[in-house]
Amino acid sequence: MVEQLASSGGAVPRLVLQGISKRYGDVIANREVDLRVAAGEIHAVLGENGAGKSTLMKIIYGVTEPDAGSIQWEGAAVTIRSPAQARRLGIGMVFQHFALFETLTVAENISLALDERVAAAQLAARIRSVSERYGLPIDPQRLVHSMSVGERQRVEIVRCLLQSPRLLIMDEPTSVLTPQAVRELFATLRRLAEEGLSILYISHKLDEIRELCDTATVLRNGRVSGTAIPRQESNASLARLMVGTELKECHLEPHEAGAIQLELIALTLATEDPFGTALRNLNLRVRSGEIVGIAGVSGNGQKELQAAISGETLCEERGMVRLCGQQVGRLNPAQRRRLGFGFVPEERLGRGAVPGMDLADNSVLTGAGAGLVRHGLVQRDAARAFARATIAEFSVVCESEQARADSLSGGNLQKFIVGREIRLAPKVLLVAQPTWGVDVGSSLQIRQALIDLRQAGVAVLVISEELDELFAICDRLAVMAAGRLSVAVPSAQLAGETIGQWMTGGFEAAAAARVEHAAV
Amino acid sequence: MRIVSSPLAALAMVITGFLVLGALGKDPLTAFKVFFIEPVSSLYGIGELLLKATPLMLCALGIAPGYRANVWNIGAEGQFTAGAITGGGVGLFYGAFLAHWALPAMLIAAVLGGMAWAAIPAFLRTRFRTSEIFVSLMLVYIAQLLLSYLVHGPWRDPAGQNFPQSPPFADNALVPTLFAGARVNLGFVFALLLAGVSWWFGSATAAGYRLRVGGSAPAAAAYAGISERANIWLAMMIGGGAAGLAGICEVAGPIGLLQPVISPGYGYAAIIVAFLGRLHPLGIVLASLLMSALYLGGESAQLELQLPSSVSGLFQGALLFFLLAAELFINFRLRRVRSSRARVPAPTAA
Repeated sequence: MVEQLASSGGAVPRLVLQGISKRYGDVIANREVDLRVAAGEIHAVLGENGAGKSTLMKIIYGVTEPDAGSIQWEGAAVTIRSPAQARRLGIGMVFQHFALFETLTVAENISLALDERVAAAQLAARIRSVSERYGLPIDPQRLVHSMSVGERQRVEIVRCLLQSPRLLIMDEPTSVLTPQAVRELFATLRRLAEEGLSILYISHKLDEIRELCDTATVLRNGRVSGTAIPRQESNASLARLMVGTELKECHLEPHEAGAIQLELIALTLATEDPFGTALRNLNLRVRSGEIVGIAGVSGNGQKELQAAISGETLCEERGMVRLCGQQVGRLNPAQRRRLGFGFVPEERLGRGAVPGMDLADNSVLTGAGAGLVRHGLVQRDAARAFARATIAEFSVVCESEQARADSLSGGNLQKFIVGREIRLAPKVLLVAQPTWGVDVGSSLQIRQALIDLRQAGVAVLVISEELDELFAICDRLAVMAAGRLSVAVPSAQLAGETIGQWMTGGFEAAAAARVEHAAV
Repeated sequence: MRIVSSPLAALAMVITGFLVLGALGKDPLTAFKVFFIEPVSSLYGIGELLLKATPLMLCALGIAPGYRANVWNIGAEGQFTAGAITGGGVGLFYGAFLAHWALPAMLIAAVLGGMAWAAIPAFLRTRFRTSEIFVSLMLVYIAQLLLSYLVHGPWRDPAGQNFPQSPPFADNALVPTLFAGARVNLGFVFALLLAGVSWWFGSATAAGYRLRVGGSAPAAAAYAGISERANIWLAMMIGGGAAGLAGICEVAGPIGLLQPVISPGYGYAAIIVAFLGRLHPLGIVLASLLMSALYLGGESAQLELQLPSSVSGLFQGALLFFLLAAELFINFRLRRVRSSRARVPAPTAA
């Protein structure tokens, strides 16, 4: 990397975009966007969903070509026609949605993505050394399908670093990391920047951007709405540039929780997956009118816990999960839904929604009990009306209710799924990673919707890796580590550091005694 | 792009076929006439076209919902045979007793027989996670051997001069023909009805919806509580029932009795038909007519051009080949990959 740096020179900017415009049909994705990234600079690209960040990154990475404008790479004008060419230039990208083959190992996946051929043994060694050097531990021999989202992201980052890029594009990289891991990643990124690597950092986490980035380019409706030095800005001023208006914070009105609606009693579940996490003796109560959060790094049993609560995995004994007073451990997901259970899963495409079906048909997926299926027939008109109402109520940006689920952006699809589950009027709602990869405005809207549910007396359980979010909306918090669950403690009594310590399993002895009274 | 892939494959098949015929020294124009025009230039010929399209259509309509749901029943040929055995058995032994109820009873027995045969792979898949592909395929041979045993042994016609065949079905046990002068029978009407029902089933019913979800997004199906087991059973029963019905319409139709070989591979050809029709009922109706024309053309080419009977197999194979190729090129793009040694220097000014 040092040699590469020498050739790039000091004053010549690494990447300059001038007047980049791109339209898709009637939609203008980018309009006259200028962007300038210096060598060794960490440059934030901020913007709401649909502001044009992804299109801009696709243009830089050679996935799409701009309609107008010019790109200069290290002082020379270039046309980037393909990702392979971008990689040859020295541009790497870590995508928000990972392009990994689930049935292959980490090393095989990386080998496929590399443009050169490397012997397997040598590659594994290189993966190990890069992953250790940058604090991203992964086992090259592991199969990807058994890895959590967080672990998959590490593979993607390591994959890029192996190609010694000079510009690294990172799309929402911290959404799946613990606070400690975020700090480690930042240290890594700073070290890389010092070595001369330029980083384009796409995020909407304003705190992180202010901590990490040297400059920020803010996009709104496809245009640059401003550039800023994040360290000199406040969250509010950055958000204003992004959204154009002031954002209100959500807050919890204190109120009494009601009857226990969801209860886990000594939930223990072996896993068939050799890389899965067995659940060991989990206990939890969620009352109506409260939001309980489960913090923790993904891969610590969250996946298994969700499946055990939703019914996608059946429990050994029916008493291990109680829903609205009934023992449901042996009931399937449809039966649990009929008792008033709603669920927003972490994976939106393929689990929360069928990619190739339109939003009306996707309403039928879980809305069968709400009149969208009658006498064994799909009520297409009712489904369309339902989807239209969901789109309107949750301001989902899409063509119409007949738009395919996979044509929506991640954030908008999430709003649709959250909206669908909420509009089915559940008594208990389980939400996993509610705002993962969702922009600030939509996140706020989703969080507010969950708080409104709480006011309406619904029992809400949120599983998230974003601590800020959990602290903002949860009455009580528990932490998951290595397949175990801590007691749930009122959020106000918990310090961030305690949670960090619990995430590594430190809750066992200490917490149980200290906060027993607080666990309802 | 997807919609034109089937016609494109058909066109490529025709061109390839005539290139091969030309290479064999046959005049392509004559061959085209012999293959596609002459067989359907009479009322009888059109009847034959519809007659041969019937089992193809029934079998393909039966297996298509399963293919949408990732349930790969490729043993329609065996379920066809099973339906012929059960339906035929009812006709042979209870035909006289049932009088004018004989035919309905035979049809029902055939549907149940096909379903029972399809139930074996369904049970093994849902209970032991065996592959329904292999089980349904292997059961084809078992069904054929069972039929062969029956017509060589217990069901053999005593007055049949030792031919391995059953006595002919009585008139009340025959599927009636649609019009005089042609052999096409009521089975064709059943096939068209099934196409309509299948269309309605796929687009309007909750069960059809569950099959589609199960096939396109298994994790979403699990999330929504759609039972994979129920989907497998339903898909296999539809396929088995339709193939069984096709079987009885063949033996109690143009064949008129049970014999060791009752199908020139309709159940297998139906797999091609299902894909050629893009698993859509209307597409399947059209594709089965095309496939039927290939069978007829092959027969007529044998007679008039002295070509071997494998010529229709050649056309079928070419058709499937081009269909899969079209599918591949719609989904993927060919790209030349250079070896690492010949790495291109980074392009500069453009």
